[in-house]
Amino acid sequence: MRRVAIIGVGCSKFGELWDMGFRDIVISAGIEALEDAGLEGREIEAVYAGNMSAGRYIGQEHIASLIADYSGLAELHVPCVRVEAGDASGGVALRQAYMAVASGMHDVVIAAGAEKVTDVPNAMEILSSSADVEWEVFNGANLPALYAMIARMHMKRFGTKEEDLAMVSVKNHKNATLNPKAMFRREISLETALNSPYVAEPLKLFDCAPICDGASVVILASEEVARRYTDTPIYIKACTQASDYMALHSRRDVTTMDAVVFASREAYRIAKIEPKDVDFAEVHDSFTIAEIIAYEDLGFAKKGEGAKLIREGVTALDGDLPVNTSGGLKAFGHAVGATGIRQAVEIALQLRGDAGKRQVDGEIGLSLNIGGTGATAVVTIFSR
Amino acid sequence: MLPKFWRKIRSRYNLIGSHCENCGSYFYPPRNICPKCRRKGKVREVQFSGYGKVLSWSVVHDGVENFWLSKPYIVALIELDEGAKIVAPLDCNPDEVREGMRVKAVFRKFGEDGEDGIIYYGTKFVPV
Amino acid sequence: MVGIVSYGTYIPKYRIKVEEIARIWGENADVLKKGLGVEQKSVPSWDEDTATIAVECAREALRRAKIDPKRIGAVFVGSESHPYAVKPTGTIVAEALGIGNDYFCADLEFACKAGTTAMQICYAMVKAGLIDYGIAIGADTSQSRPGDPLEYTAGAGGACFIVGRDCIAEIEGTFSFASDTPDFWRREGKPYPSHGGRFTGQPAYFRHIVEATKGLLDKLGLRPSDFDYAVFHQPNGKFPIRVAQILGFTKDQIKQGLVVPYIGNTYSGSSMIGLASVLDVAKPGERILLTSFGSGAGSDAFSFVVTDRIEGIERNPKVLEKIKECEYVDYGLYVKLRRKIRFG
Ligand SMILES: [Zn+2]
Repeated sequence: MRRVAIIGVGCSKFGELWDMGFRDIVISAGIEALEDAGLEGREIEAVYAGNMSAGRYIGQEHIASLIADYSGLAELHVPCVRVEAGDASGGVALRQAYMAVASGMHDVVIAAGAEKVTDVPNAMEILSSSADVEWEVFNGANLPALYAMIARMHMKRFGTKEEDLAMVSVKNHKNATLNPKAMFRREISLETALNSPYVAEPLKLFDCAPICDGASVVILASEEVARRYTDTPIYIKACTQASDYMALHSRRDVTTMDAVVFASREAYRIAKIEPKDVDFAEVHDSFTIAEIIAYEDLGFAKKGEGAKLIREGVTALDGDLPVNTSGGLKAFGHAVGATGIRQAVEIALQLRGDAGKRQVDGEIGLSLNIGGTGATAVVTIFSR
Repeated sequence: MLPKFWRKIRSRYNLIGSHCENCGSYFYPPRNICPKCRRKGKVREVQFSGYGKVLSWSVVHDGVENFWLSKPYIVALIELDEGAKIVAPLDCNPDEVREGMRVKAVFRKFGEDGEDGIIYYGTKFVPV
Repeated sequence: MVGIVSYGTYIPKYRIKVEEIARIWGENADVLKKGLGVEQKSVPSWDEDTATIAVECAREALRRAKIDPKRIGAVFVGSESHPYAVKPTGTIVAEALGIGNDYFCADLEFACKAGTTAMQICYAMVKAGLIDYGIAIGADTSQSRPGDPLEYTAGAGGACFIVGRDCIAEIEGTFSFASDTPDFWRREGKPYPSHGGRFTGQPAYFRHIVEATKGLLDKLGLRPSDFDYAVFHQPNGKFPIRVAQILGFTKDQIKQGLVVPYIGNTYSGSSMIGLASVLDVAKPGERILLTSFGSGAGSDAFSFVVTDRIEGIERNPKVLEKIKECEYVDYGLYVKLRRKIRFG
């Protein structure tokens, strides 16, 4: 297996992009990535596009080819693959692209993620189909309700408080104020978060990430090729993926995402590092409880002690282990299938020193992208 | 949606799940393959008693469309007496739900495919 | 010996008081309560309908009977509020009971007497040797036009009787009386029934119940005093008391089966829930009269003799206990639960 590097990144604005269609959003991220990498376009050998539900969100399938077409690649006839794994689609697309380069099959590939959700009124219903539609959602348990049951059990078992969840939201909103592309660029107070209405008790409005439009692109190249294009290649040291039972009720333990535990242990092994070696991370805070559980399942904290990290400021921008420097899904926005790639963009920017006002120090960054309530987990470890 | 719902009516109405005679595990909804034993498993159909206890729950304020008339409604993670777990609606006062509360299955309406469409029925739970 | 093998009832937990409905329509609640003999009525929840009520009462009956569901050979559901105009409630019930696929089945409609007619059909089929056990259900979530006098009484509930040979109450005889009397009706596609006001009384309710009951007594050579209990259809609290008087039954005979003051008129469930309440306390050897009434119009009269087996069957919780377990709703919630507002 060859070393694989990120040589260019691009990201659209995240939010309610009323004047941009699916194609516009993708292209805005794609062009930025090509410019960032200094590519003409002809160098691209394959496209892997993470997208959860274009069929339902915009009524269009076959979107990998559509993306390539509108990216000006039609006459180059490069193979394009859509990758779907719920809201882990982006992460899995990154992994597919990574494998394509690592294996020696391709030298330069695009890993993209895109979702246009605001053309339909039922964005959450569609996102909830990343849970078990027949045996969870039909029974009244959409994604917020499922994460709420996880949260309640975590609170009961480990003493995690609604305040802890609110602090995650406050932190991520604060980070997003420093990110020009974030959906929500305003600070919120703990009171605002705590006083927001319940969506699914104990989760409140400010515990839930907004589902939004957005696209992200990273361009991967083999180590050898990467050197031709950039002085600051960002290496993917490991990119692992794990699955678990689809439905929450089938899992071994509701308060642990075994897929995250499994994928991260494997990633640490491959990267030859330990959790303590991670300098900063982007984790899947689709709901604030998910960030706290991620601290635990990624090995940053002992099981049940995730809330300590937020309470003690460890994961704040100026803490020892900044998490979601971008603003996270909560404040940057959760463009479903784009999120996994968007996390990679943030980590690459941070490792390159291009993260502007939210720049943190670090050699090693980690991203965690989750599908549904944890049936898919992708962990990627990056380094300079 | 109609054939998809119809296909599983037995399991929805009567909590019919699976039991693996090789390892003793119970599953709901039914599975064709035991995830513990895989090819060594002996999976048989089983009807659950309908009794269980609440492990976790949520009072849902912004929920699925078919439940909009009952907002806020409760969904619960329930452990059936046989051991399988299920996520199902729980019909009771939000203030009376407790962890470990005993519940039993009842037959209720889940919703409908609009005014002209079919009506969905299934199993909900109420306190014992 | 063919008769009732087991029985079960279901009454939704919500109630609305006559006062609350009267408050909305500017009526005098005291006058209404006195006139109707009804204090409150049962209201189905948003997720309850005739099918769910039928299933719940049938499951109770089956649980108490301790018989293999596969031995049920027929399912007949009587109601005037079947969830579907076309598509049987009976198959929903049979599926939820797990009785298999070889069973006789149909939905019946004869206003408030469809459930007792279901019982007659099961009785005949068991007697003919066609089936071992038959399920007869009367269940309704009866409709009423907002502001109509019916609104004070139109309740929801149901009862199920399993008919077979090893019975707890033998059907000694049954007799029906019917005529084309349009006292109460609902036209196809209309949400609420209409009625002939006071015409529902003498030419309809009283004539049919009296004639059916007399016919049965003549046939069996019995007198009112031969019965320990009598149950008549209960559209309100007044009619059954008056018809009992006319026929020569005492207040004591009808008291145990008179449930309408607390749950309203449960239509197809009405007299059957009354019968269930009597069976809750009946002793071996006691004789029970049941006469239903369905508008349009007809009455089914039955004479039951309780057998020793009744001591061996679970009879708790009793109907009167179920009636007491309730939660009150206001008119606004009632309108929402009963979908009396158009959503679009
Ligand atoms: Zn097994």
